[in-house]
Amino acid sequence: MIRDHETLNQLIDTLSRYVRDRLVPLESQVAEEDAIPDAVVEEMREMGLFGLTIPEEYGGLGLTMEEEVLVAMELGKTSPAFRSLIGTNNGIGSAGIVFDGTEEQKQKYLPKYASGELIGSFCLTEPDVGSDSASVKTTAVRDGDHYIINGTKRFITNAPRAGTFTVMARTDSSVKGAKGVSAFIVEAGLEGISLGAKDKKMGQAGSHTCDVIFDNVRVPADSLIGGVEGKGFYTAMKVLDRGRLHISAVSVGVAERLIDDALRFSMERTQFGQPICEHQLIQAMLADSQAETYAGKSMVMEAARKRDRGEPVSTEAACSKLFCTEMVGRVADRAVQIHGGAGYISEYAVERFYRDVRLFRLYEGTSQIQQIVIARNMVKEKQ
Amino acid sequence: MKILVAVKRVVDYNVKVRPKSDGTDVDIANAKMSINPFCEIAVEEAVRLKEKGVATEIVAVSMGPKQSQEQIRTAMALGADRGILVESDDALEPLAVAKCLKAIIANESPDLVIMGKQSIDGDNNQTGQMLGALTSMPQGTFASEVEIADGKAKVTREIDGGLQTVELTLPAIVTTDLRLNEPRYASLPNIMKAKKKPLDTTTPADLGVDTAPRVQTLKVEPPAERQAGIKVADVAELVDKLKNEAKVIS
Ligand SMILES: Cc1cc2nc3c(=O)[nH]c(=O)nc-3n(C[C@H](O)[C@H](O)[C@H](O)COP(=O)(O)OP(=O)(O)OC[C@H]3O[C@@H](n4cnc5c(N)ncnc54)[C@H](O)[C@@H]3O)c2cc1C
Ligand SMILES: Cc1cc2nc3c(=O)[nH]c(=O)nc-3n(C[C@H](O)[C@H](O)[C@H](O)COP(=O)(O)OP(=O)(O)OC[C@H]3O[C@@H](n4cnc5c(N)ncnc54)[C@H](O)[C@@H]3O)c2cc1C
Repeated sequence: MIRDHETLNQLIDTLSRYVRDRLVPLESQVAEEDAIPDAVVEEMREMGLFGLTIPEEYGGLGLTMEEEVLVAMELGKTSPAFRSLIGTNNGIGSAGIVFDGTEEQKQKYLPKYASGELIGSFCLTEPDVGSDSASVKTTAVRDGDHYIINGTKRFITNAPRAGTFTVMARTDSSVKGAKGVSAFIVEAGLEGISLGAKDKKMGQAGSHTCDVIFDNVRVPADSLIGGVEGKGFYTAMKVLDRGRLHISAVSVGVAERLIDDALRFSMERTQFGQPICEHQLIQAMLADSQAETYAGKSMVMEAARKRDRGEPVSTEAACSKLFCTEMVGRVADRAVQIHGGAGYISEYAVERFYRDVRLFRLYEGTSQIQQIVIARNMVKEKQ
Repeated sequence: MKILVAVKRVVDYNVKVRPKSDGTDVDIANAKMSINPFCEIAVEEAVRLKEKGVATEIVAVSMGPKQSQEQIRTAMALGADRGILVESDDALEPLAVAKCLKAIIANESPDLVIMGKQSIDGDNNQTGQMLGALTSMPQGTFASEVEIADGKAKVTREIDGGLQTVELTLPAIVTTDLRLNEPRYASLPNIMKAKKKPLDTTTPADLGVDTAPRVQTLKVEPPAERQAGIKVADVAELVDKLKNEAKVIS
């Protein structure tokens, strides 16, 4: 937690320089090789980027929500694959333990997440379980002082690098829905865990997802997060607001980057005797993008501050995620359009970002799920 | 061994500066300010010496307005142990800065002073040399390599046409050139820890330094716009033009 303007500025400044001078020049290499260079992973560890949200007493920075979204906006200004690498440790991959873990679990894992020594992945989604995430089919059956886990998890971010998986599994098969689900911290080396082939994705090359298969995996009983059954789904829900605001902020950052690229291109490119930024139809695209990005940024900042005040932000976080992720899709489309034919060619970053940002509308709750959350909250509040 | 590093607050190297319309100075109101890149190299070199066990303490000092604290904090985030701000809102010329540094050196008795060869705002390239003259300390300017052993500093200097190596008896002054090292990015935890490191403030007056300017700026104007180039038909024409028009070859 910083809560001090000068230090926060310094942190954002350092990050912004790192993004601009170090990461941006590597973007096309990462896209082409579908890999982030080891040296960069090491640098990100040394810079403390894996521990942004881990509490200070466990070796992280313990950033407030407002501070975290400012950092996420900076990271948004380069390929989302870089952010994705540190994304799980700062979000879904560590949050189960941060929010509900026992003291032993916190001591054991959080310092290693904070330093980046250990990558934490989060396993909720399954082949038949997506938006309806409370319908988890993976099972965990108690056997003496162990649980035996069986099931397949799908699209698991950072699974190929993961040292631990936070696994949502049903401990009570007689209870349908959320109440029968528990969260486990499972070490990746255990017998019976195997990984599927890396998914071939539309974008965000360099960031990897794959299936994680649990075949009679025996985990010690103290792997149950918080030590109590039936709390897993509620644990998962606790990280949602934070994750949604984080993705909103990344979307704002990418939108700012896209505007910057498009603006620069439009000032250099001449057609009909003048820079195309002088044509009003181009200006309309630039202006709409700027206004929408500003709106998104204002939403994220306001919701983040509200969360830091301890107020509930379920509706605000869902509104931000819905608006910002759809917004960056429109901004990316316009950035390609402003580039003309060049925008369709991969030499220009906008072509890649156009594909990269498509994901933001899908994970951490699809746009439709955000709409459902918002409307349900609206009705509930009026009842 | 104690190292003193000088850090200056300057306009960020990514900012495009423009002269004010009245031509009195450049306009840097609201511009992003940073640590001078050569000073950053100086801090990095000091930190590396500390990491190697050669240095035990690094003191970062800055002469300038109150906000120069930010640059001292940056130096502390990179690894300096404490900071000293010599606060002044005057436009400090190299001589005034060198005099302040001399006074700080008298208080601190560092074994090594590392500073940038120049700052990217004034581009004077004078302060280190003036400090050498004022203190009678040996100086190794434009350093591309520094080695400390047996009370001596071996400094490789970038000079016209090659490299020169000098050996200085400590305490000594080193000014950094671009190739000395590549500064690291401060780690985020260290940035947070830096705010807890001690930072003392003093003033030129307290140090007994007169900062009255010796140089008067008459006019600041942008460089002349580059003329459009021309195409030549062949190498012969190019050589002819280089010889007879540009007169750069004979
Ligand atoms: C690159 C990537 C990384 C991911 N990383 C992780 C991870 O690390 N861990 C993890 O657990 N999961 C991860 N996921 C999974 C992600 O969270 C899910 O893909 C997402 O929740 C959507 O689920 P689904 O794909 O099963 O789609 P479905 O839920 O099948 O949805 C299909 C469509 O139906 C719509 N829909 C569903 N229900 C309703 C409804 N009630 N009303 C209206 N419309 C509805 C959806 O909005 C969508 O348009 C990742 C996915 C991707 C692509
Ligand atoms: C995959 C691909 C295949 C192609 N195949 C062929 C081919 O076979 N043969 C061929 O000849 N060409 C081909 N092209 C080129 C294509 O026709 C041009 O890219 C297209 O006409 C746009 O021109 P431009 O890329 O130079 O963009 P620009 O003309 O520079 O346009 C840049 C942006 O400015 C806008 N703009 C330009 N002028 C104005 C104005 N006055 N007012 C408002 N907005 C303006 C444009 O709408 C666009 O948004 C191909 C392009 C691609 C990407």
